[in-house]
Amino acid sequence: MTEDETSESTSFGPSRRAMIGTGAVASAIGIAGGFTAGRATAAEPTKGAPPSPFALRGAHQPGITTPVQDRLHFAAFDVTTTSRARLISLLKEWTLAAERLMDGGPAGPIGPVEGDYRLPPDDTGEAIGLPPSRLTITFGFGPGLFADEEGKDRFGLGGRQPDVLKDLPHFPGDQLDQARSRGDLCIQACADDPQVAVHAIRNLARIGFGTVSVRWSQLGFGRTSSTTAGQATPRNLFGFKDGTKNILVEEAKALDEHVWVQPDDHGGDWLAGGSYLAVRRINMVIETWDRQGLGEQESLIGRTKDSGAPLSGGQEHDDPDFAMPGRGGPVVPKDSHVAVVHPDHNHGARILRRGYNFVDGSTDLGTLDAGLFFLAYVRDPATQFIPMQNAMAKNDAMMEYLKFTGSALFAVPPGAGEGEYIGQALFT
Amino acid sequence: MNLRHLATAASLALLVPAMAACTSNSPSTGADGSDGTVTVTSTDDACEVSSTEVPAGPVTFTVTNSGSKVTEFYLLGEDGLRIVGEVENIGPQLSRDLVVNVPAGSYSTACKPGMKGEGIRADFTVAKSDTPVDAGDQASVEQAQTNYAAYVKDQSDQLLTKTTKFVQLYEAGKDEEARDLYAKARVHWERIETVAESFGDLDPKMDAREADLEPGQKWTGWHRIEKDLWPQEAKDYTALTDTERKTYGQDLLKNTTTLDTRIQKMTFTIDQIANGSRGLLEEVATGKVTGEEEIWSHTDLWDFQANVDGAKVGYDGVRPILVAKGDKELATQLDTRFAALQKLLDQHKEGDGFVSYTDLTKDEVKALSDAVNALSEPLSKLTAAVV
Repeated sequence: MTEDETSESTSFGPSRRAMIGTGAVASAIGIAGGFTAGRATAAEPTKGAPPSPFALRGAHQPGITTPVQDRLHFAAFDVTTTSRARLISLLKEWTLAAERLMDGGPAGPIGPVEGDYRLPPDDTGEAIGLPPSRLTITFGFGPGLFADEEGKDRFGLGGRQPDVLKDLPHFPGDQLDQARSRGDLCIQACADDPQVAVHAIRNLARIGFGTVSVRWSQLGFGRTSSTTAGQATPRNLFGFKDGTKNILVEEAKALDEHVWVQPDDHGGDWLAGGSYLAVRRINMVIETWDRQGLGEQESLIGRTKDSGAPLSGGQEHDDPDFAMPGRGGPVVPKDSHVAVVHPDHNHGARILRRGYNFVDGSTDLGTLDAGLFFLAYVRDPATQFIPMQNAMAKNDAMMEYLKFTGSALFAVPPGAGEGEYIGQALFT
Repeated sequence: MNLRHLATAASLALLVPAMAACTSNSPSTGADGSDGTVTVTSTDDACEVSSTEVPAGPVTFTVTNSGSKVTEFYLLGEDGLRIVGEVENIGPQLSRDLVVNVPAGSYSTACKPGMKGEGIRADFTVAKSDTPVDAGDQASVEQAQTNYAAYVKDQSDQLLTKTTKFVQLYEAGKDEEARDLYAKARVHWERIETVAESFGDLDPKMDAREADLEPGQKWTGWHRIEKDLWPQEAKDYTALTDTERKTYGQDLLKNTTTLDTRIQKMTFTIDQIANGSRGLLEEVATGKVTGEEEIWSHTDLWDFQANVDGAKVGYDGVRPILVAKGDKELATQLDTRFAALQKLLDQHKEGDGFVSYTDLTKDEVKALSDAVNALSEPLSKLTAAVV
């Protein structure tokens, strides 16, 4: 196989790979950037858009309504410093580094191959020559940032902790691994190239050494949701289309109602324009699922496996008719996943899903350690996420094939303005 | 497997072979039916069948609902009553495949939009061909149904007897004797676990593990008592008082009695028996082989064996049907793999039971898990092969 043939068969930056072989790194960035945009046109209505990466700064942080990228590296941190000043200075450094990274630049101000020959470079270098790959970096604050386990204020922020920012309750079926749960801070890095996402987390963690420590991190491949109307609904590891009813960026009113914290909400003085991120590591019992008949699988989900249409008929995006009678009960079974989590059955609650499939190798028993790394952005976890998760745990027939192994909740501050750092309003 | 799955198993069972065959056997669509493929378009007032005659052997009906109501499609015997095959719950604009293996003879097709009445019927002929087809033997079907119902009722009966004794011992503070009877009584639950679990109101009260609970839900049943009898590994555990013991004991006994009353009235269809067999192996794969079921007593191997026992009884019951329908290969594979799993389990027997799950090495657990997977894969094809 020649280099060109290899390029044809890969989905990421084939031009780049070929170009790096010839040493034409700089021009490769331009071409591959164009290629990225070209790929995007296949599924999204962005034809002709310049290959510019998303901006870190703005009313909202990137990585929430941004069209979902293909890959994820997510990290949760414990804050190890007791100094408020150190914490703030880290947030400042992270903000600048994230801005550079999203722009396709190095993590540090100098660069991976520039600077003093005696010093380790301030960027680790594995992204040299890679396009920005639509990288977005999103920061969140966990309950532990405000108070320690005994409830003691850690950084003079105690009075500003929103009521709803607390550890998620224990849900039925939870078999949580504390080493994969919780965290004082989180960073979500999404990109079309896994190396770009990993590069971001690796360098941000490096900047944080001494101030924060990585508590856990999770790689995700294969987005399991869409956030724009032009994106096709992807499939989860059960083989079904997932998140068909997601909130899309085109729905400005729904975003205000269901995703963005409003000024009058508790904590809105610093969190307005931000959101809450519910994180759940959901292991799927893959091998057992695979032994279910197609009809059984469809009745567990409530949709057809092929088109994703609800079992009440029509096309994927048609509303399910939960009243349509079938043999032995409604044709969309009451305990099917779509029936249990549908907004109609959850007081109209909707969520913005941004999860990823994951496979972390295999278990001791040789079964896949795999599932869905569920990420959902909501305006109020207490009324949107927690009741939906409880309804699912209680009534969803699909629960038989799920194990919840990780759990966390973060407040995601609004976007930083020019000259600001992420979360600045909380510290001023 | 919950109650709904039991209730709808009949229709689902028919979908399984349909799809499997659809991908492997019907690369082309011959509208004339000569290749055993027939397309059916069901509307609210019509049932268009692309062919009225096919050769004997496997036939695939691809049924599309072009109407506005949920529809069903049936292939009926010459008497117009006997259901040879059916697909239910086809929503508007959706399609489903029905695959049936039919011998030569006269039949009728029926679409039933709105699922009411006798449907829109038409004659359908299956001509003689070189493919031999066995119509199945009604006597062995009835035999299997009768035997399985008797087995389930007997297990339920024994469960009630031993639970009564267990509760007496537990309430009387005879902990050693209660511990001895714990696994022995639960064996009867585990042998019919898919049936017992189908009662959604009783299962959480009787068999919930601590991790299954939601905040505020009261923990009762077998595992609550298990923790009280084996508190060694529980952190900061406060033993139950005599009064509490009586409360939990009587609650378990009451629910076991209710369960037994319901089970004594039950009957089982062939697909329920075959699905139950598969379901019991799933219980092993998800709960027992991981050592999660009996986290305080570590008597998981008792449950493991009991699940396998129940699965084997279900399989043995429908095996004559499987063989009569010509799938000797699947029968042989299942025989071999049940035996291989049993051989592994036998290595861990001790006295009249089993060693503690914590005594197993990682390699031994892996070997058991591999054997469960090896058996579960072909077992998942059983329902489709016998219905």
